Amino acid sequence: MTSTTVYLLAASAVFGIGVYGLIVADHILRKLLALNMMGSAVFVFILTVAGVTPEGPDPLAQALVLTGIVIAVAATAFALALMVRMFQETGLTSLQGHDGDD
Amino acid sequence: MTEVVHPLPIVVVLVSLLAGLAIAALGERRQRLRTVLNLTAAVLKLGLVLWIALLVMDGVVPVFRFPLVPGFDLLLRADSLSILFASLSAVLWLVTTVYAIAYMEHYDNRARFFGFFSICVTATMGIAMAGNLLTFFVFYELLTLATWPLVVHTGSRAALRAGRTYLRFTLGGSALFLVGLIWLYALAGTQDFIAGGSLGLLELDAHASLRAIFVLIAIGMGVKAALVPLHAWLPTAMVAPAPVSALLHAVAVVKAGAFGLVRLVADVFGGGLTAELGLGLALAIAASFTIVYGSVLALGQSDLKRRLAYSTVSQVSYIALGIAIGGPIATVGGMVHLVHQGVMKITMFFCAGTFATLLGVTRIDELDGLARRLPWSAAAFSVAALGMIGLPPMAGFVSKWYLGAGAVAVGQTWVVAVLVASTLLNAAYFLPLVSRMWLRPAPDRWPGGSQPSAWVTAGMVVPALVTAGLTIAFGVLAGSTLSPLDWAIAIAREYVP
Amino acid sequence: MTTEALTLLVFAPLAGALVMVVAPRRAAAPIAVLSLLTLPPALVPLTRAVRAGELVQLPLAGFAAPLGIVWRVDALAVTMLLLSVAVVLLVSLHALASFPPERESGQRFWPLWLILVSSLHALFLSADLFNLYVTLELVTLAGVALIAVRGEPAAMRAAMRYLLLGLMASLFYLLATALLYGQTGTLDLYLVGERLEAGGLTAIAVALMATGLLLKAAIVPLHVWLPAAHGKAPGPVSAVLSALVVKAALYILIRLWFWGGGGQAGEHAALLLGVLGALAILYASAAAIAQRRLKMLVAYSTLAQLGYVMLLFPLASAGAYRAVVFHVVAHGIAKAAMFLAAANLLRALGSERLQRLAGAGSRHGLDVLAFALAGVSIMGLPPSGGFVAKWLLLAAAWQERGWAWVVVISVGSLLAAVYVFRVVSLAFAQPLREPERAASAGEEQGRAQLTSVAALLLAALAIVLGLASAPLIALIDQGLPPGMLR
Repeated sequence: MTSTTVYLLAASAVFGIGVYGLIVADHILRKLLALNMMGSAVFVFILTVAGVTPEGPDPLAQALVLTGIVIAVAATAFALALMVRMFQETGLTSLQGHDGDD
Repeated sequence: MTEVVHPLPIVVVLVSLLAGLAIAALGERRQRLRTVLNLTAAVLKLGLVLWIALLVMDGVVPVFRFPLVPGFDLLLRADSLSILFASLSAVLWLVTTVYAIAYMEHYDNRARFFGFFSICVTATMGIAMAGNLLTFFVFYELLTLATWPLVVHTGSRAALRAGRTYLRFTLGGSALFLVGLIWLYALAGTQDFIAGGSLGLLELDAHASLRAIFVLIAIGMGVKAALVPLHAWLPTAMVAPAPVSALLHAVAVVKAGAFGLVRLVADVFGGGLTAELGLGLALAIAASFTIVYGSVLALGQSDLKRRLAYSTVSQVSYIALGIAIGGPIATVGGMVHLVHQGVMKITMFFCAGTFATLLGVTRIDELDGLARRLPWSAAAFSVAALGMIGLPPMAGFVSKWYLGAGAVAVGQTWVVAVLVASTLLNAAYFLPLVSRMWLRPAPDRWPGGSQPSAWVTAGMVVPALVTAGLTIAFGVLAGSTLSPLDWAIAIAREYVP
Repeated sequence: MTTEALTLLVFAPLAGALVMVVAPRRAAAPIAVLSLLTLPPALVPLTRAVRAGELVQLPLAGFAAPLGIVWRVDALAVTMLLLSVAVVLLVSLHALASFPPERESGQRFWPLWLILVSSLHALFLSADLFNLYVTLELVTLAGVALIAVRGEPAAMRAAMRYLLLGLMASLFYLLATALLYGQTGTLDLYLVGERLEAGGLTAIAVALMATGLLLKAAIVPLHVWLPAAHGKAPGPVSAVLSALVVKAALYILIRLWFWGGGGQAGEHAALLLGVLGALAILYASAAAIAQRRLKMLVAYSTLAQLGYVMLLFPLASAGAYRAVVFHVVAHGIAKAAMFLAAANLLRALGSERLQRLAGAGSRHGLDVLAFALAGVSIMGLPPSGGFVAKWLLLAAAWQERGWAWVVVISVGSLLAAVYVFRVVSLAFAQPLREPERAASAGEEQGRAQLTSVAALLLAALAIVLGLASAPLIALIDQGLPPGMLR
């Protein structure tokens, strides 16, 4: 088993756990955590499949992951803010239930 | 005939569109200005149509075109057949406008009503001037959209239901029409109307496809022309105010469908190809069935407007019948009936509206002795009814004569039987009305109605007298130059050399 | 000249947003107007250059690909930019009245609005898979914030759902980007298209990317977030979400498929996309008919109309490309008008229940007229942009012998007629009870009229598009994907 395979398997597993969590979790915070796990899996994946060239580490892949992390942080912060706002307005921390759209 | 690029065809279409928009924008309260605008636009339009007619008589065909979709232009082209329909609608629009102004005196939302009324005439003009099937389709759909608000004008449940039925039929039909159009485009490319048929010149082998295309498009036209079994929307649409019914039955919707069938047979497929494909006979049979069946249904109606509606179903199919039989004489009969049916039927609807407004009379058994109260209206109604039956010297006689003679000339003698049956049925459902009005004693009390001002009454009675006068004139003066008959003969010479 | 134009399209709204945050309140309106009014002049040289056959490129900050980011403008990008600028300007007219910049609501709304415009334009200019990811994310975040901008509970829930699904969709997209980069060694969309070869990995990458994009574009059955998000958002936001934001995702999908080698996924994949489109048309139209709230009806109509775009994948001809791009433009304008009109009616009637519309025709004539005119285009009736699009699409489907598509398109437009006329009929109906609440103060009245004018202008544009389609079609034809012959 090469290190590439290990990374790929790990990335797939984490991604799968993330998707599962996103679907199953009720609390929005959990859903966000699940999304972040998926994100991390994708970053590992990028570094695995594109990170290494015969000449050494691929700078572009590193840049992609770095930008991706920044975006993920920003999006998570935004989602958290929205969640807090929603909790203040509605007292809810979940998206389950009826929206009132009959 | 030489085609000349000319702004007139688009101007004549735009006049009523702009008038309609201006009327709608003016708002509800500017009544006097609205009336002035309405009448000015109507008179202006009549003048413009006459101008075009003069050009056409000099052998000039004014044409206006600009690209609409790739491969198809919006083509407005005033040939002699266009003039026949355009002059009919210009004349009848003027009288209907006068009538409507009087009739709608106490209705709500008149700005909206007259706005759509004008746009409706815009669409009719566009249909008259359309130089290819796509242009025809564009205005045909505009007509649907402009007449729907008129049908549902009162906003009552019945009106909205009628509007729904109307849309179900017309939009369903036009979906088939569009598919037929696409098919035709894929098969034969861009086709402009040509007297004698553009498709005949191509000598296509795809007979099955051509038949299917014809059927698809004919269904689209047949819905508006109220060919049985596509007619069911027409009687329910009777909930509309009387001027709308008049317009729907005489110039706008039903007539547009019939005119479309004429264009389809005469200008797209051509008489020769239509007959060769066996479509002429099929259309003639459908039209004959509609003529008889419509009359039978009319006989069973006790409501005056509904009886008139079924009568329209029957009468409009004369046009399709004439064009389907083919041959010069029947073609003349079909085309001239386009005009004759218009003036006769509009008279009857004007009168029906007058009866309902002034006396509350809407049912046939309430007509007794009505001539004593409203002699002028009753007279106009009776003239039109006798004309419909085909009594000489009224206009209806001329149509039936040419249809019958034309059918015999091309060996379709069975059509004569249809005409005779139809005439008997016409007499059976119209004569009782006439005799009730003139021969029965008047009741002590009329069912209802109002007492509007003398101006309003005159505004409702005079238009009917004018169109009744035209009914007689078109029959008596049929032989003179520039009568509808003369014009129809001139057209038929172009189409059937 | 053209490169300055490119930068203006993105940076003018962005600068406007940033300046607005720090500037005093009363400066907000001039800043907004100024930054938006630079957009049309910037488009003129760009359009002219593209019409002359140029491919306008701009390596940002002078760094060439692969490390640098390159903007590239072809006819398709210009078409989308024209649509975007037209819609944004007219909808902004509405927003000036419904979110007055100097008030609290406007202070929150306008910076987000300008950022949305800026990121949309950056998206249309991008020619790089990763850059597209970044811009798409920005568009989503700005869109989510705008949905929730009024702080209404239902809107916030819808926004949250949209955000979560949107983030997930982005990750799918990013995963696919990594796969494509691993295979081709480049992120440049056009180079990817040249280097990509058919195979298992390609298929997986395209499937992942398509799933992510279809989620963002709310193609049935991945549509669950859209009706609530578009239905609960404030009027101008719904208008732009439906007209532009969902289209942005489809734009990327079309780019990927026809320029980026996504078509390697094969005919069956294309057929699947087409079937999803057909499903969207039929299902969402039927759902729209069943709605009892006005804006929800309009939102479902968007779902249905997006389905027509998907027919491009199986048809894959020059005629279909022309039809679909024209449809994107026509629908964008008409739907923006429809959402604005719906929002105006909702505000005037105080309820979004369809029943409350009874009699609205005579009291709120302008808005009903705008709704109806936009409806004409949505139904595909002449003369309107929607009709030209339908005609082109039917002709294309016929040419490819796609009889099933012909049936779907025809049935779809009949269903559209049912839901449009349901609304318009109600507006013509006799009112249930008189009279409604008294008209508000004079200033409010003036603002109300401005919102109606904005809706009506868009609706009129939707109609005019049908009468003056030739220049737009010429522009679209110029941007045919490589390998697609006229």
